[in-house]
Amino acid sequence: MSTINYSDKIPNNVNLSEDRTLQRALEQWQPNYLNWWQDMGPEGSVDYDVYLRTAISVDPQGWAQFGHVKMPDYRWGIFLNPAEAERKIHFGDHLGEAAWQDVPGEHRANLRRIIVTQGDTEPASVEQQRHLGLTCPSQYDLRNLFQVNVEEGRHLWAMVYLLHKYFGRDGREEGEALLERRSGNQDNPRILQAFNEKTPDWLSFFMFTYFTDRDGKFQLCALAESSFDPLARTTKFMLTEEAHHMFVGESGVGRVIQRTVDMMNQLKTDDPAKLRAAGVIDLPTIQRYLNFHFSVTIDLFGADESSNAATFYSTGLKGRFEEGKRQDDHRLKGQTYQVLNVVDGKLVEKEVPMLNALNEVLRDDYIKDSVGGVERWNRIIDKAGIPVKLKVPHKAFHRSIGSLAGAKISPDGQVVSQAEWDAKAKEWLPTPEDRAYVASLMGRVVEPGKFAGWIAPPVMGINRQPVDFEYVRFN
Amino acid sequence: MTTTFKQHLIDPEICIRCNTCESICPVQAITHESRNYVVDAAKCNFCMDCISPCPTGSIDNWRLMPQTQPYTLAEQFGWDDLPAEKTPEQLAAMGVAEGVTVTADDAAPQAQTDAAPDPTGQAPFNPSAYNATLPPWSAAHAYTNLYGPRAAEAFVTATVVGNVRVTEVGTEYDTHHLMLDFGAMPFPVLEGQSIGIIPPGADAQGRPHHPRQYSIASPRNGERPGYNNISLTIKRVLQDHQGNAVRGVASNYLCDLKVGDTVQVTGPFGTSFLMPNHPRSHIVMICTGTGSAPMRAMTEWRRRLRKSGKFEGGKLMLFFGARTKEELPYFGPLQSLPKDFIDINFAFSRTPDQPRKYVQDLLRERAADLAPLLQDGNTHTYVCGLKSMEEGVVLALRDVARGAALNWDEIGARLKREGRLHLETY
Repeated sequence: MSTINYSDKIPNNVNLSEDRTLQRALEQWQPNYLNWWQDMGPEGSVDYDVYLRTAISVDPQGWAQFGHVKMPDYRWGIFLNPAEAERKIHFGDHLGEAAWQDVPGEHRANLRRIIVTQGDTEPASVEQQRHLGLTCPSQYDLRNLFQVNVEEGRHLWAMVYLLHKYFGRDGREEGEALLERRSGNQDNPRILQAFNEKTPDWLSFFMFTYFTDRDGKFQLCALAESSFDPLARTTKFMLTEEAHHMFVGESGVGRVIQRTVDMMNQLKTDDPAKLRAAGVIDLPTIQRYLNFHFSVTIDLFGADESSNAATFYSTGLKGRFEEGKRQDDHRLKGQTYQVLNVVDGKLVEKEVPMLNALNEVLRDDYIKDSVGGVERWNRIIDKAGIPVKLKVPHKAFHRSIGSLAGAKISPDGQVVSQAEWDAKAKEWLPTPEDRAYVASLMGRVVEPGKFAGWIAPPVMGINRQPVDFEYVRFN
Repeated sequence: MTTTFKQHLIDPEICIRCNTCESICPVQAITHESRNYVVDAAKCNFCMDCISPCPTGSIDNWRLMPQTQPYTLAEQFGWDDLPAEKTPEQLAAMGVAEGVTVTADDAAPQAQTDAAPDPTGQAPFNPSAYNATLPPWSAAHAYTNLYGPRAAEAFVTATVVGNVRVTEVGTEYDTHHLMLDFGAMPFPVLEGQSIGIIPPGADAQGRPHHPRQYSIASPRNGERPGYNNISLTIKRVLQDHQGNAVRGVASNYLCDLKVGDTVQVTGPFGTSFLMPNHPRSHIVMICTGTGSAPMRAMTEWRRRLRKSGKFEGGKLMLFFGARTKEELPYFGPLQSLPKDFIDINFAFSRTPDQPRKYVQDLLRERAADLAPLLQDGNTHTYVCGLKSMEEGVVLALRDVARGAALNWDEIGARLKREGRLHLETY
């Protein structure tokens, strides 16, 4: 017998209560999902009442409902952006044809792979973040972490909905497998490497939500162009939630920087040792974290030359970022794009067919967006009157995917020898000492309105609540 | 003459360029370049759809600008910071005539008389636009003006039957609970009504004092049930802001009355600040200082009715502010009311070593509980206290509504229309 009240427990705009087949599939999956949440969701938080934003519909009034809820009772809804009547495919070989409402047989395997890969990242980041609640710098931040977690959970639902609804038995099996893989597990890891890395501390978490969730934005934007209409509409709605995750990252790192520069001015020093003694994270350490997370994240876009990318585009499965706004033929045949590789100890640009370089095109769009946010962090430093700038490293720095994998490139884009790399790597990437220092700052602060000493309070609270609002009630 | 409008702008310093606003805007008024997200003043129709989805709050910024010279897209694309609000002089230099700088009136002239939508959600905010002039549908019928200049009798004489201090005596204030008995004279009252007291003697010009109004602090069947008496909460200020001794004419007279003294009373007054009588009605009470008098009256009436088992469904929530615990009238008795009868929230703005807290802070804190009440047609909200609290309280109620994704303009207008939001400030 069904234990789920479909209209109430799972707010949706996909007529769930009338779709018996889908209901049966979800009924099997849902208890396993809840078990997964109990085992791998935020540690020790099952009974907390958290001030969460819940979507109950896709219109502007319905998608941001705030209230205290226990996370397992959060209503992981299934939402697709409203359908566009007569939507046409607007790129690739099928340009101008009607968008697909069902999965064309010939694209079934590729679409499933795209959806599974996207779906796999969602529970993975919950797993990566499951211990962070134990070291939160404030109740405000704890709430933001949990909000990110439940929305990752909802995004998993969104992908599982597509798998169940459109991929039959294969889809159900993939849905199960999403709950079986574990981030960082040797035997059954998550699909993408960045999602097997640890997120051991809050600086990593903020960097992750800034850089890696921004990768999510670009992947979702590219999928929101898809000819497979249900995927396009699902990912479009996911984007509205992804925005909050990037906000957590951008404002989080910004507040760490704010606290650091305040202390630099107070102590009149830029000596990392003195700043560490004062309990804040020095700017060079922040730069090294930035270098690490940026380089690991841009690997997520895949190899710089990829025939899969060409196929996904030509067949209409995955578009470019803001495909609809671009002024070209949207077929890209015969066009070229520059990608980097190392020839004779030098970085050189190589012209390749545009279709094969679409991963690189998306990566470059992402880089431009990332740089903008880093410039906003620099404004905080600038406003404090400190002549230091954070920099996004060169895109060839510390890469493990594509033609640059293994090349030894400095953050400013110089090819260096293995010996020089070994000597300098500790200036460029977080060292075990850096990580140990940051870890030493991680203590749990949960009193309303109080903040750990290494981070500044936010400018404003969530949903215009005061900063000292009781965002989490510990029961 | 150039008029002004509130231009919708995005704060580039807080905006994270997540694209949510652009994707949700139904009229494509929002666009971006590599640097900034911006709002096209020519297209924005103030639908506010972009406000709640924004994760940062950067979308909710407004600047008063001449209608003919809004910030252009090119200007906005170049910003690192939001420009400051233009001064009246700068606006005048742009051709805005003096006296027409407040434009919500230009844009929405009905705002003064009706709870009309404020397109910007920004000042000028007129809380009294939401004040109901009608009583709740289930209120008892009130008698008014039985005594006064236009009545058959100019006043009725009442006898003081009690006068007790209800706060610790401070240096700057002194608050009393005064009981008046009308003997055999008719003086029917309801909770929320007020009476007039005529201080004896004459003013500096030799004219008799005009009556001063005080809210009744007792329920309809008397401070002492079954007797023809009422009570008042009277605060006298002992010092002005400079520390000089001051004595108000009426409150000082009343605080010094002894049992057995008589006073001249007019009234009763008030036909809308009345409590609902139906058994499932909820009452939200927001007050400061002696603004607690009508709240005490309503609470006591409910308490008496509850003893008879008549009000099981109705909730009572009280938000009570004072400078310190010591200045809060009835602090002790309030503490002893059962928690399942009334949900009491205190705000103290001058407790040493504590952050200042006001009733509007409490309202926001209790948003989770207030939001469902605001949507419930059985809820009646009363605000009583200093004039300055009015705006903060109504703005907080608006925030509570918006926080729950409710349309405040609709709710506020309905509260007014249905006699469910009452503001009485002085």
